[in-house]
Amino acid sequence: MAAVAARGCGGAVCRRAWQRGVARKARGGAVPAGKSGLAPWVPVVGLEIHAQISSNSKLFSGSQVQFAAPPNSLVSFFDASLPGTLPVLNRRCVEAAVMTGLALNCRINKKSLFDRKHYFYADLPAGYQITQQRVPIAVNGSLSYSLCIDNKMSQMVTKTVRIKQIQLEQDSGKSLHDDIRSQTLVDLNRAGVGLMEVVMEPDMCCGEEAAAAVRELQLILQALGSSQAVMAEGQLRVDANVSVHHPGEPYGVRTEVKNINSLRFLAKAVDYEIQRQIEELENGGTILNETRAFDSKLGCTVPMRDKEGKQDYRFMPEPNLPPLILYDAKSLPANVSHQQVVNIDWIHERLPDLPSVKRAKLVEQYGILPEHSFTLLQNEDGLTEFFENVVKQTQMKPRKVIGWILNDLLSYLKQHSLTVKESPVSSFLLADLLNLLEKKEISAAAAKQVLAELWKGEGKTPLEIVKEKKLELIQDQKELEQICQVVIDGHENEVMAIKAGNRKVLNKLIGLVQRETHGRSNPVLVKQLLEKKLSE
Amino acid sequence: MRVLWFGRWLRAGAAAMVPAGPPRAAAELLAHLERLALVDFRDAEGVERLQKAIQFADRLQEVNTDGVEPMDSVLEDRCLYLREDNVTEGNCTKELLKNAREKVEEYFVAPPGNIPLPKLDEQETFLQGS
Repeated sequence: MAAVAARGCGGAVCRRAWQRGVARKARGGAVPAGKSGLAPWVPVVGLEIHAQISSNSKLFSGSQVQFAAPPNSLVSFFDASLPGTLPVLNRRCVEAAVMTGLALNCRINKKSLFDRKHYFYADLPAGYQITQQRVPIAVNGSLSYSLCIDNKMSQMVTKTVRIKQIQLEQDSGKSLHDDIRSQTLVDLNRAGVGLMEVVMEPDMCCGEEAAAAVRELQLILQALGSSQAVMAEGQLRVDANVSVHHPGEPYGVRTEVKNINSLRFLAKAVDYEIQRQIEELENGGTILNETRAFDSKLGCTVPMRDKEGKQDYRFMPEPNLPPLILYDAKSLPANVSHQQVVNIDWIHERLPDLPSVKRAKLVEQYGILPEHSFTLLQNEDGLTEFFENVVKQTQMKPRKVIGWILNDLLSYLKQHSLTVKESPVSSFLLADLLNLLEKKEISAAAAKQVLAELWKGEGKTPLEIVKEKKLELIQDQKELEQICQVVIDGHENEVMAIKAGNRKVLNKLIGLVQRETHGRSNPVLVKQLLEKKLSE
Repeated sequence: MRVLWFGRWLRAGAAAMVPAGPPRAAAELLAHLERLALVDFRDAEGVERLQKAIQFADRLQEVNTDGVEPMDSVLEDRCLYLREDNVTEGNCTKELLKNAREKVEEYFVAPPGNIPLPKLDEQETFLQGS
């Protein structure tokens, strides 16, 4: 993407040195200095993201992967950890991880290993999770994301976060805590589902950056199809590692924040934790290396129960799985069946367009601004398609169409909590309306009125509404000239002011003509006519 | 004797941070291991069995492994079989729940969270007696 690429908070673009004082409400604004002489704080944020792989069956067993099924109905003997069962690796999960690694510019390890991570919990029946701790499937990548500097989405800056690694691992089951009866109910449907853990280096410095990075990752995963990445359904889980330190000093003690269920909460949780740590340290306290949970109702982080000091996971190699070997075009083995071979180059050739590429294409093809392409891709599913359909069916330039899509249509949709597909105004209707505007049969103000009518979804066409409400622009030049003359005759003072050189008063006359015509005059034409008359 | 014993234990790579020597430190290491693995060494005989096991494993140190890649599994040259992404298992709720001592509407029942083990001071380990 564009030339301005600052990694984390190194560049001048991120003026987020946090200082003592009351945090400004402005999104991501710097905290102004309170007492003089206090050193600024530099927050450091790293993320661990677990993305559920979009596959039919689980990572090491043939049970189905499905959200919301009867408890323990999607569980095989292996998932329940019954003795005598063995893991069998799902090829689709490997491909998903390779695709994701390639999309994030990682080096794909042609040989990666599986390990066991031991800990005791009711939803982990084996007592260990199979993961990739020593040699994961992909390492050393990067993710570029964009942020708006101000609230108006008019200036965007690109940042990069390094991807430490991507590893394949098993998901655990689900625990439902029943505090009344002092018990936990365990559903193993999720146990064994394939996960890609994406570890981002601590290159971010605030909640806004964290949320933007995760949003971009979400879009990439969805474009690849390797994960549906819907946070609300637990397909994308984010844990944030937060610490603060003074510039030039070593990194501070970090805390891990869990239980974050949306992008909005991610930004809130990170910012709260940064603030909490700063306040604690400035009051002479210390930060514990602990795990905290985000309480969305209170908007704060609290220490998690069940945390008994540092965990020792006793990592050991998974003895039931040989190393995972991946191939490329050069190293393809001759005598092995295709089904047993994962070819990195083959996957690379078939990668779909990533969001950044899609955005660049939109900007190039339609001449819209980069900020617009972001909103098109970022906010809504199907919005881009809608926009393109409208452009196809209208003579109005895409650069003008985009305003109607992003300002008018999108705000209507948001107001009524509708998706693009549920819009009562189809792309055909909107294109029809925009054509009327383009042909100067109605004014822009009238077009907005028509759109409001169309929104009611009563099945009328734009033309019908225009006729019904008498919104057409007066096309008869003579009629307009007459009205202009009437206005001129009735406002001698204003006419004199204009002739004396005060051009601004002309707008008042235009406004008066508009009023006379009930908004049915083209202001540009009116201005021309008035000017002609006044110069006679 | 005990000092030598723990020294050898350290070489086996049990835990990097616990110093050799005073029984207190060793007791902490033992308690740590018991907590991690949920085993109970219980009495002098149990600890002695552990000691013998470590001595037995120690003999591996006699082999010079300089420049040799560690082997995790005899399977390392085998092909990792890749399964097609089809649904072939599951749907055996009843059978699985037969193993459960307690169940609530097809959920397994477990105690709330992990039951914390008693702290070292509260424990009755044989080492404290000596």
